[in-house]
Amino acid sequence: MAKVLVVTSGKGGVGKTTSTAALGAALAQAGEKVVVVDFDVGLRNLDLVLGAERRVVFDLINVVQGVAKLQQALIRDKRLENLWLLPASQTRDKDALTDEGVGRVIAELREKFDWILCDSPAGIERGAWLAMRYADEAVIVTNPEVSSVRDSDRIIGMLDSKTVKAEKGEQVKKHVLITRYDSGRAARGEMLSIDDVLEILATPLLGIIPESQDVLRASNVGSPVTLNNASSAPARAYTDAARRLKGETVTMEVPVARKGFMERLLGRRAA
Amino acid sequence: MSMNLLRLLSRRTASAPVARERLQILLAHERGMLGQSDLLGVLREEILAVVSRHVTLDPDKVIVRMDRGKSVSTLEVDIEVPNGFDKRMAAVG
Repeated sequence: MAKVLVVTSGKGGVGKTTSTAALGAALAQAGEKVVVVDFDVGLRNLDLVLGAERRVVFDLINVVQGVAKLQQALIRDKRLENLWLLPASQTRDKDALTDEGVGRVIAELREKFDWILCDSPAGIERGAWLAMRYADEAVIVTNPEVSSVRDSDRIIGMLDSKTVKAEKGEQVKKHVLITRYDSGRAARGEMLSIDDVLEILATPLLGIIPESQDVLRASNVGSPVTLNNASSAPARAYTDAARRLKGETVTMEVPVARKGFMERLLGRRAA
Repeated sequence: MSMNLLRLLSRRTASAPVARERLQILLAHERGMLGQSDLLGVLREEILAVVSRHVTLDPDKVIVRMDRGKSVSTLEVDIEVPNGFDKRMAAVG
């Protein structure tokens, strides 16, 4: 049965789009049929991160309004035949999306795909609401930093009250994905620890993505990090997270920082 | 000397515990704010409905208040009952 998964955060810039692309690609690499849907109307970026920016013809709003058929708007990834993109509109007004229209498109996608990943815009306004509206599960992308954790808490409250599932008295299954994690800074007490974040948000952990050059490098070239450098630390962390989404039990690895030159020179004293 | 230097460094950099504590206090407050108005409204309506089954009440005289403390919160329900209420109750019982 198809699963609708919203990737959300409240706060901007924490890695929603990167994570949507990486998780979508990882699921597709594992043989699942996946569509990633960009809900960030006016500020679309999922096409860019996936390297499909020059192939966009129709978008989500066109489909919602009946201007284009779903088949016309879906873009198939050139590297992964199981991965598809439904882009957001760059020019249209975000009010063009309606609850009922989004519901119709999601229902149609459910018939065609195993996974529907909705990339939410930042904020807690209408766009974020529509992105989570029909979700069965949610990935809450959180940086180990006070403002991100606070916003995640707000989003969790929204997931528990404003989704179709919540209105039916059911629960959206929630997972926290910690991104931009720097183990060195966490060990030195400069950054909230994984335990701090999980304790505060009281939500199970899906994965820990280390802060890494590889993530930036991958979006520079328009390729999900799991595809661009599959053996890199963030790619492995995303691949493990995707396996957990599929229900597999995978041991959680806390990324360990490689010691820098100075730290090695100073030995353990610096830690 | 080197110990002092280390202590000075660690004192300056270990800000995560402060972050955690600030967040815990803030979120406890914000979560309360979100649920509060709704919860109190629902409680008030339901308490009013139950008591009204037995006593005629002035809806404006039913006050439900929540006081959030550090470790314990209290729920205060203040219902003003018209005079002669107990006599009527005795007659019924």
